[in-house]
Amino acid sequence: MMRMGQPGGIARRGLLRAAAGAGAALLFARRGMAAETEIVIDNFTFAPDRLVVKAGTTVTWVNHDDMPHSIVCAALGFHSHALDSDEQLSTRFDRPGRYDYICGLHPHMHGTVVVEA
Amino acid sequence: MTETETTDGVQRRGLLKCMAWAGTGMVWTMAGGVPRSGLIGTAEAAAVPNAFSFVQISDSHLGFNKAANPDPTVTLQDALTQVSALAKPPAFMIHTGDITHLSKPAQFDTAQQLMAATRLAIHTVPGEHDILEEDGKSYLNRFGKGTTGDGWYSFDAGGVHFIGLVNVVDLQANGLGNLGQAQIDWLQRDVQPLSASTPIVVFAHVPLWTVYADWGWGTGDSAQALAHLKRFGSVTVLNGHIHQTMQKVEGHVAFHTARSTAFPQPAPGMANGPGPLAVPAGELRQHLGITQVSLVSIKAPLAIVDTPLGA
Repeated sequence: MMRMGQPGGIARRGLLRAAAGAGAALLFARRGMAAETEIVIDNFTFAPDRLVVKAGTTVTWVNHDDMPHSIVCAALGFHSHALDSDEQLSTRFDRPGRYDYICGLHPHMHGTVVVEA
Repeated sequence: MTETETTDGVQRRGLLKCMAWAGTGMVWTMAGGVPRSGLIGTAEAAAVPNAFSFVQISDSHLGFNKAANPDPTVTLQDALTQVSALAKPPAFMIHTGDITHLSKPAQFDTAQQLMAATRLAIHTVPGEHDILEEDGKSYLNRFGKGTTGDGWYSFDAGGVHFIGLVNVVDLQANGLGNLGQAQIDWLQRDVQPLSASTPIVVFAHVPLWTVYADWGWGTGDSAQALAHLKRFGSVTVLNGHIHQTMQKVEGHVAFHTARSTAFPQPAPGMANGPGPLAVPAGELRQHLGITQVSLVSIKAPLAIVDTPLGA
């Protein structure tokens, strides 16, 4: 299972705001520490819509739209709260696999996180 | 479902499309399955001064504060003022969802207070923006009394059977609105005792016909629901969600979407995405509006008049 940051499954992490402009760049803090990466929501699309990460990576979604969006992933059994403009949420992917997700408000928005061992 | 198959069907649809895209106020009526259009100011609405009528507003998005409309409270108030000033007072008002932008209590409270000032009975269905808090309870606690499931219900008024459906809950990867089997089964039972001559009005947030699937502007299982209404001679389907007027006729079913009272969205495929469309401030009210629907005759479909908030 994923490690949940909060009982709701999603942690808002202000500390990641500094990485907001880094696009999908992978940031390694230190050897042995977990990796972090970002998915930007803009114009009703997830970018990148397919992200490949190593197990243990923390993924952050940042909403740059005028409209709220959420993250709904059946494989993980989670339905996030709505992210208003410029809000973000993070979660760590520990288990290898393919995680398809949609926006709970606008389900034509699709994305995938592929977690490799 | 199939398109209306009359010899002039293509021409008529073409005309209706033009009317819909022109977008300004029009009278739209149907008689015997044949739609007729005319601009507001023709005698159409005035011809039946005592006809039963109601008004629809939609997508007020209280709490939105971006460039497309920094204060939708003001434009909702304008729309309600226009409702109160209608020459033919409506029996009640329906709101087809996205009452609020983020389901916050203060946003619901403001909407309720403004709508209550019209002294009209209000019937609502939720939009996807109204169920973001407490698993939809912040909506249902206010507007869900007497409803079933996620907030669906029916009632009778003016000889018309009204059905409020919820198609914004538990959305699926098909990208579209979703009714769910429980609601469709309820609908079947709800209309079972009705005579086929009973006029039916269905209202729901997301269009119950596919306006534009790429932007999720349709409802995945609407065909199953509409199959239960096939035997009725007059079915009018009123939706919101897309922040512009669109209409279509399929057999005995007339589909219509209302303008928002908050901000417009782009015509299908005419932008990179369906997000709020920022127009020059002086033009905003041309893109917002209210809809009045009248029962012209118990045997004829309903007449629909869209009126923008400003010229």
